Amino acid sequence: MSAHDTSAAHAPADAHDAHGAEPHGSLRGYMIGFILSVILTAIPFWLVMTGALGSTTATAFAIMGLAVVQIVVHMVYFLHMNFRTEGGWSMLALVFTLILVVIMLAGSMWVMYHLNTNMMPGAHDMRQML
Amino acid sequence: MSSAATPASDAPVFFDLNEHPHPEGHSTSLGFWIYLMSDCLIFAVLFATFAVLSGSFAAGPGPRELFELPLVALNTSMLLLSSITYGFAMLTMEKDRVAATQAWLAITALFGIAFLSIELYEFHHLIAEGATPQRSAFLSAFFVLVGTHGLHVTFGTIWLFTLMVQVKQRGLVPGNKRRLMCLSMFWHFLDVVWIGVFTFVYLMGVLR
Repeated sequence: MSAHDTSAAHAPADAHDAHGAEPHGSLRGYMIGFILSVILTAIPFWLVMTGALGSTTATAFAIMGLAVVQIVVHMVYFLHMNFRTEGGWSMLALVFTLILVVIMLAGSMWVMYHLNTNMMPGAHDMRQML
Repeated sequence: MSSAATPASDAPVFFDLNEHPHPEGHSTSLGFWIYLMSDCLIFAVLFATFAVLSGSFAAGPGPRELFELPLVALNTSMLLLSSITYGFAMLTMEKDRVAATQAWLAITALFGIAFLSIELYEFHHLIAEGATPQRSAFLSAFFVLVGTHGLHVTFGTIWLFTLMVQVKQRGLVPGNKRRLMCLSMFWHFLDVVWIGVFTFVYLMGVLR
């Protein structure tokens, strides 16, 4: 009972402190984030516009990887995501959303790719018909 | 605790009669974050639609003929610059410097408007070329995805001007600081979505 009382008294104060002082970031944090995102934006555009990697597949994987890194940079330096804000609830909401996003994207592409290849009368089916 | 709920006996109490205090707006940032996550799901659906339909050209023009990467790079830099200037607005807000905050917000709005102008120019250019949303499934998905993002930036800019008026009238009171923080999350979130747009729509489109 007493443990519950103290936690109830402390919870709002902690939550308030957490978003009162910390999450607005610092000039240094914003500048690091900005410089990193400029670099992480410039590289994929340069890769695609010059075709520096040669192979299309390698370029595709490189720009997707750079996009993921840049999203993380924005989350950390601009949106100030960490495991402490709001007692971890915002990170929990983010993780849950990301799981849904991955299921939705991967599932749609997987299902529709198979539908496309199996439903279209492609060269393979035409040969069988002859 | 009121006398009724005092555990004079050893009966367990499963409810809390004395609710702990809720200072005004203490849960706003978490609530707004959950809204942003639901918005993220909207964009995920649109991205999935685009991913499925991005090869259905209906013998119409494809990304390679339509997209101009220098224009997209310019657009991306506008949004990135608006993100860092909004960050500066938040830093000056923390120091209660009203004039500087207003100035940074105005610069952010200018970058936002520049982004929207370039996007509208691009849309106008595409439609004038005959690449309308009705032309192919690829173009429908493209206009819905990029247009929804543009609509978000439009409403973010309107919100930004509203907050500038509120800061002018009331100053940097706690309520206004809270609203500015919400818009900060919204604005940076839109920049995150744009990373997905320029990577998966424009760069991958030109690549394929």
